[in-house]
Amino acid sequence: MIETQIAIIGGGPAGLQAATAAGQTGAQVLLIDNFDRLGGQLVKQTHMFFGSQQQFAGTRGIDIATKLAKQVAALENVQVMLEATALGIYEDGVLLVEQHDRVHKVKAERIIVAVGASERMLAFPNNDLPGVYGAGAAQTLMNVHGVKPGHRVLMVGAGNIGLIVSYQMLQAGVEVVGIVEAAPTIGGYLVHAAKVRRAGVPIYTSHTVKEAYGEGVVEGAIIWQLDENWSPIPGTERDVAVDVICLAVGLSPLSDLLWQAGCEMAYVPELGGSVAVRDELLRTSNPEIYVAGDVAGVEEASSAMVEGRIAGLGAALSLGLGGETAFKHLQEAREQLTALRSGPVGEKILAGLRRVEREVATDA
Amino acid sequence: MRITEHPILQYQKGPKVSFTFDGQELEGYEGETIAAALHAAGVRILSHSHVAKRPRGFFCAIGTCSSCLMTVDGIPNVRVCVEKLRAGMRVETQKGKGVLR
Ligand SMILES: Cc1cc2nc3c(=O)[nH]c(=O)nc-3n(C[C@H](O)[C@H](O)[C@H](O)COP(=O)(O)OP(=O)(O)OC[C@H]3O[C@@H](n4cnc5c(N)ncnc54)[C@H](O)[C@@H]3O)c2cc1C
Repeated sequence: MIETQIAIIGGGPAGLQAATAAGQTGAQVLLIDNFDRLGGQLVKQTHMFFGSQQQFAGTRGIDIATKLAKQVAALENVQVMLEATALGIYEDGVLLVEQHDRVHKVKAERIIVAVGASERMLAFPNNDLPGVYGAGAAQTLMNVHGVKPGHRVLMVGAGNIGLIVSYQMLQAGVEVVGIVEAAPTIGGYLVHAAKVRRAGVPIYTSHTVKEAYGEGVVEGAIIWQLDENWSPIPGTERDVAVDVICLAVGLSPLSDLLWQAGCEMAYVPELGGSVAVRDELLRTSNPEIYVAGDVAGVEEASSAMVEGRIAGLGAALSLGLGGETAFKHLQEAREQLTALRSGPVGEKILAGLRRVEREVATDA
Repeated sequence: MRITEHPILQYQKGPKVSFTFDGQELEGYEGETIAAALHAAGVRILSHSHVAKRPRGFFCAIGTCSSCLMTVDGIPNVRVCVEKLRAGMRVETQKGKGVLR
C-alpha cells in the first residue's frame, strides 16, 4: 500500500499544475500518469499556444510541458509515477494503479482526477478500416515517434485541432489533400486556417465524408456537400484517393473513472459530454474527489492549468494545509479563470458550468 | 514512412533492433512502441474484429481503444500502441480472443 495525502491522476497541464500548487502547501503528493513522460497533450504540440500570457501563450506546447514538469521536479514532497495507469477508485478510497505489470494500492486522503479527454468517432461506412485515425493518434505517430501516418491525408474537421494537425502533417512531409468541415464556417482560429491555406490545402466547408473505401486498408474516401439543413446533396460526390482519413471532430471527457467511483454525473454538451457535478473549487459529489482540466469540461490548456491550481489548492486547504497563502493563491486563480472565460468561447463554457456547478457536501 | 527531417522536432531514438512480425524480420528502434515500428514498416492491419473478422488497425495510440491487440512473445491481447519494442520480439497477428494460461 502506497500512502499519500493527495493523489493526482493524469500529468497533463491540469495535473501538473495541481501537483505544483498542492506541493507548495507542503502536502505529500503522488502524481500518476500512464505515458512515459509528463505533459499530456502538450508533448505533441509543436505550435505556439494561444491563451493568456500567464499561461505561457506564444510558447510551443512541448516547451510548456518541460517548464511545468520542472516545477514539479523541484518539489521534494511530490512523487511521480510514470507508465502507471489508474484502474479504479473504490468505496474505501483505495485507488488501484497498474505499473509495469504490477498492481499497486494507493491510499490517498484526496484524489484529483485530471485524465483529459478522448477523441470522438464519426459514423460513416467503412470507418473501421485501418487508415482511419484519430487526430491525436496521428500526432503521436508523427511528433513522438517520428513516423508518418501515411502519404496522402484527408482531414475531417476544421476546428483548431484539425487545422493544427493538418499543419503538423505538412511539417512532417505528409501531403494533406483537403480538410472537410460539415459546418458552413471554419470553427478554428483564422490564423491557423490561413497557415494551411497558404500552404495550398483547400478547406471544404459544408462537406462531410460519405464513405471510406479500400481492400483491407483505406484507399480513398467519397466526400459530399451538405445543404443548409446539413442534409447531403446527391450528385455532389467527389472521390479523393487517400491512405489516411484523420478525424478531428471533437473530444469527450474521459469520465470512466468518475462514473466508476460513483460521482454524480451530468451530460452537458457545452462541456463535451458527461462530466462530474462539482462545486466552484472543483470538488465532486464525493468530497474526497476533485476534477480539473478537460475531464471537467473540454476547454484549453490555459484553463486546464488554472483549474489544476484551484483543485490542488482546494484539496490542500480541505486537509488544513497551506493557510492564508494558499487561500490568497486560490482567489487569484479563480480571478484568472474568470478572465480566461470572458470571450465568446468562454460564454459557452459558462453556460455549461451553470448546469453542473453546485454546492456539494464539504465535510469529509 | 519515417520522418527524416523536421523543422522543429528532433527525435531521440534508441538503438536499431530487429524483431519479427508473423515470422517476417523487420527493424525498428528500441523503446518506440511496437505499433510505431510496424507502421514505419508499412504494416497497417494489426488485428481482426471477432465476429465479422474485419481488419483493424492503429487508432487511438494511447492504449484505450483495443483496435491493436496482438500476440507478443506468446502473450495475447498486448496493446501494441503502448507496448515498447525490444530486440528479438516475436509479434504475431492474434487468432481469436487469446487464452489465459
Ligand atoms: C492538436 C491540439 C492543439 C491544441 N492547441 C491548444 C492551444 O494552442 N492552446 C491551448 O490552450 N490549448 C490547446 N489544446 C488543448 C489542450 O492541449 C488541452 O485542453 C489540455 O491538454 C488539457 O489538459 P489536461 O491536463 O486536462 O489533459 P491532457 O493534456 O489530456 O492530460 C491528461 C493526462 O492523463 C493521462 N491519463 C489518462 N488516463 C489515465 C489513467 N487512467 N491513469 C493515468 N494517467 C492517465 C494521459 O496520458 C495524459 O497524460 C490543443 C489540443 C490539441 C489536441
